[in-house]
Amino acid sequence: MSVVALLLEPLRHDFMVRALLISALVGGVCGLLSCYMTLKGWALMGDAVSHAVLPGVVLAYALGLPFSLGAFVFGVGSVATIGFVKQKSRIKEDTVIGLVFTGFFALGLVLVSKTRSNIDLTQILFGNVLGISAADIQQTWMICLVVVALLLLFRRDLLLFCFDPTHARSIGINTGLLHYLLLSVLSLAAVAGLQTVGIILVVAMLVTPGATAYLLTDRFDRMTWLAIGSSVLSSLLGVYLSYWTDSSTAGCIVLVQTGLFLMAFLLAPRHGILCRRSS
Amino acid sequence: MTIRIAAEQLCVDYNGSVALYDASLTLPAGCICGMVGMNGAGKSTLFKALTGFVRPSRGRIRINGLKVAEAQREQAVAYVPQSEGIDCDFPVSVWDVVMMGRYGSMNLLRIPRQSDRLAVRNALERVELLDLRDRPLSALSGGQRKRAFLARAIAQRASVLLLDEPFNGVDVRTEKLMAELFLQLRSQACTILISTHDLSHVRDFCDLVVLINKTVLAYGETSEVFTPENLSQAFGGLPPDVLRGQTQ
Repeated sequence: MSVVALLLEPLRHDFMVRALLISALVGGVCGLLSCYMTLKGWALMGDAVSHAVLPGVVLAYALGLPFSLGAFVFGVGSVATIGFVKQKSRIKEDTVIGLVFTGFFALGLVLVSKTRSNIDLTQILFGNVLGISAADIQQTWMICLVVVALLLLFRRDLLLFCFDPTHARSIGINTGLLHYLLLSVLSLAAVAGLQTVGIILVVAMLVTPGATAYLLTDRFDRMTWLAIGSSVLSSLLGVYLSYWTDSSTAGCIVLVQTGLFLMAFLLAPRHGILCRRSS
Repeated sequence: MTIRIAAEQLCVDYNGSVALYDASLTLPAGCICGMVGMNGAGKSTLFKALTGFVRPSRGRIRINGLKVAEAQREQAVAYVPQSEGIDCDFPVSVWDVVMMGRYGSMNLLRIPRQSDRLAVRNALERVELLDLRDRPLSALSGGQRKRAFLARAIAQRASVLLLDEPFNGVDVRTEKLMAELFLQLRSQACTILISTHDLSHVRDFCDLVVLINKTVLAYGETSEVFTPENLSQAFGGLPPDVLRGQTQ
């Protein structure tokens, strides 16, 4: 079978077309956000938020609400809890993060087993982009539009906030607002991401493309394009790969992302370990 | 005489531990003031109070007669960070960094106008970095980086400049250039507050000195304040050797 046929054959199935489109969309959006996450050093925060949304998803299902709403409330809630505990106690931030998100996640697990509904835990934990419903597609589109709009509107302020919050503050920019803006966007993106790759692996979508791009360039604009590009490519390739090999879609997407990162890690022109050694 | 910075009986505490108490300080327009004290003496706390990062538990601060937040909105305060406070691998160019000084006077989308570009170009010329404007920050030397952040403060057209350890790890050329720039800025009625533990620089070109150890120990003209007694008080009874040599 030729390469073209190999690529076209899966497109005969509607579910594959949907999966490719949604994965690419979510990949692109998470890729853009991942630049800010890597530069701000918020990987752990991304992991925390994505796990903490579980009880929100379960409650929303049980109450018949859009699950993104519940996820958003609990995502932001977990971040607020982390901030509060950190401020009011002597415990260090990474400990607080570990403590709070596992607490929320555990609550979610208990709620899943106690609510009489047809929630499929595996689906939430590991994603199910091949079986995504029309309503979920609509929700994902809306989330992605909001995230991209906010990131574009505030991109320079957010960049300055990541780079030098003291300066931002001293020229009268409201850094508290930017902090919560970035966290809200993170919660929204985590919700979109868990559609495609699930709660466990969504942090990869929020970190890996940014890290890969960061090794390839010293310019922020190029970094965003590289992150979006590598993320979209990973999503498309991952979905195909999972179709050809009949294996986990989430696993394939993240594996391709990790593969691209490894290539950058080894071969990046200036920051790759092989090129650095020879120069 | 215009007063740039007026701090009155400032107290700052973090969760019950006192970082600064009863600190009063008045700086006129057009002066260079060195702020000297040990690590943990409250230098950075005073900077944080002047940049609005901590709220004093008592006392008040006026910058150009305005509250801190108002003065910030007027772009009156520029902060030049220590090299350690900045991620040098951050993917921004020299031009981007200096342009950040203009953000406060731009619209919400931060789209530069011709006047912003001119201000950035002019500031880069003054710190002799125009040729390197497209370089990423990571490709600069420590001294060049320092100058880039100084250019950002100049582009901002602030009247109060706060500099955190500006002479740490800079080359001779940068040091000379910075000293010249400070004098130019002073003649333009800017007030420059320099936090440092390098006493030789203070003696060379600061008009005023403020000695800090949890409060303002002494404050005034450099020649009057720089006495062995004052310095030993600022450094906890034991002035470092360097310092003893210089004060004799």
